[in-house]
Amino acid sequence: MLYAIKIALRYLLSSKAQSALLIVGVALGVFIFIFMSALIGGLANYILRTIAGDLSHVTITAEVADPELLIAPGAGFILLAQEKYSLRQATLNDTATFVPMIAALPGVVAVSPQINGSGFMTRGGQVAQVAVTGVEPGLEAAVIRLDTYLIAGTTRLGTGLVMIGKTLAEDLDLSVGETIRLDSARGINAVLTVSGIYELGQGGIDSASAYVSLNTARTLFAMPQGVTRIEIKLADLMTADVTAARITTITGMAAESWTTPGAEVLSALKAQNQTGILLKTFAMVSIVIGIASSLLLSTYRRRPEIGIMRAMGASRRFVVFVFVSQGALVGILGGLSGAGLGYLVLSAFPPRDSAHPSVMPIDITEGAFGLAILLTIAIATLAAILPARSAARVDPVTAIGQ
Amino acid sequence: MTALLAVEHLVKTFGAGEAETRVLRGLSLQMETGELAALLGPSGSGKSTLLTILGTLMQPTSGSHTMLGVDLTQANDRALTEFRNLHIGFVFQFHNLLPDFTALENVIFPTAVREGRETAAARARGRDLLGRMGLADRVDFPSTNLSGGQKQRVAVARALMNSPELVLADEPTGNLDRASATQVMELIGQINRDEGTTFLISTHDEKIAATCRRQIVVGDGLVTG
Repeated sequence: MLYAIKIALRYLLSSKAQSALLIVGVALGVFIFIFMSALIGGLANYILRTIAGDLSHVTITAEVADPELLIAPGAGFILLAQEKYSLRQATLNDTATFVPMIAALPGVVAVSPQINGSGFMTRGGQVAQVAVTGVEPGLEAAVIRLDTYLIAGTTRLGTGLVMIGKTLAEDLDLSVGETIRLDSARGINAVLTVSGIYELGQGGIDSASAYVSLNTARTLFAMPQGVTRIEIKLADLMTADVTAARITTITGMAAESWTTPGAEVLSALKAQNQTGILLKTFAMVSIVIGIASSLLLSTYRRRPEIGIMRAMGASRRFVVFVFVSQGALVGILGGLSGAGLGYLVLSAFPPRDSAHPSVMPIDITEGAFGLAILLTIAIATLAAILPARSAARVDPVTAIGQ
Repeated sequence: MTALLAVEHLVKTFGAGEAETRVLRGLSLQMETGELAALLGPSGSGKSTLLTILGTLMQPTSGSHTMLGVDLTQANDRALTEFRNLHIGFVFQFHNLLPDFTALENVIFPTAVREGRETAAARARGRDLLGRMGLADRVDFPSTNLSGGQKQRVAVARALMNSPELVLADEPTGNLDRASATQVMELIGQINRDEGTTFLISTHDEKIAATCRRQIVVGDGLVTG
């Protein structure tokens, strides 16, 4: 049907201004589709990276177990009174056995056994309450990418070193290389040297957190063995639910996915995605309406020519093919132009990983260029079917007489 | 000469009920291969309707219509389209060329639409036909840039492109000056003599009709002479 395509192309070229307007309209629709995809996708990635990117994707936390009864239950009643004791510390033992098993699971990027506790930092007359996290040296940036947030010093945590947030450093007037006294909730203290200062932009972590090595934490919290928590980082944070379930099955420990506390974030992302789909649908519907109405007008204007073609032996199928080809050509040209325009505009935005909060978090890789082009060609072709069928039904006798 | 077409007791009505108009009232006609015939009659006598039915662009209300031994009243749209493309050529009063096409593209349209592409052979025949019409220097002219007489000669070339057995011409000279009309009729006469193509030419012009070897007169929906 090369000949039908040639005629379709000729028709497009014969009304250059009208065709150009139509193609520009389609291109704008495609551009909106691509821009919205890049914006919604980029925003979702940004939110996930910001909120969930620095979270543990799967966490195993030691649970405080009730003390066992030492008296065997017999006749009568036993009254057990348990005093509230906030400093009781639960421990995960046998980490040496299951940490390698977890690390070997597909999609697991890092496994960070930690000791968590609280304490006070004192410098001169100033005291600040802090949440202390003990991590294994080398895994300082495994969960929270402290290395990317570092503003002074290093992330290296050896014995006697501590890493603190910018706000805390300012509150205590500390800088890298200076010493600070840390009293744990266990009543054990240590004098530590500030090895690094970071700035996450999150109040709590910047003003009331301190990172020490796992060995230092063992001393501070009197935990010669075991850990209180294991944080697991995944390559794809959307697989956290599945991985958490798998870890629970393998280790028998309760592993919690980040989506449980982050359900609201996920719900907001879904709503945002649905809004994007709605906007993209509107863009596609406008393309359909534009092409269908333009081609209907074209078929009406060309009724005498359609009549002549039919009289000369053109089948109804041929006529349909001419106008469907016209729609497809508009789709191809509009799709490619819109994608080109989208690429040019999106290229002007900073790359995904360097996006700053003050800049729109547009991600060119989320632009769905291929989908936009294919979808446009498909719907442009479909939109042309109605006008094409109308053209094929033209009565040659009536049309020639017009 | 051999029988080319025959219509028997052809009836064509338009509208229904009180608005029904019977244009053909049992018209019968036979034509043989190689005839050059004029179709005469007053306006409203049914000439154009007869040409339209003979051209398979419209089906009669009743009666039979056969051409080259094929019963065309029983054929579906697809078969009629194919038959029309292969065996029937048209020349209209207002030339009816495709405005976005050149003279050559107009001429080769009936072949290209059948073959799905413009072949070199079709282009060669198209050029040859335009040359015979005296339009060798207008081959690649946009059809809209041609004069009325030139357009009508392109239309005649287009009608002959697929070497049809029958060419139906509806007032082919009605919109031309005398010189152009004479030129077109001379071309038609020459093709009729050289290739044996049958022509049925509807006309009001007695002088044009006189150049044809047969005159068919239609009146009140019947052949009257």
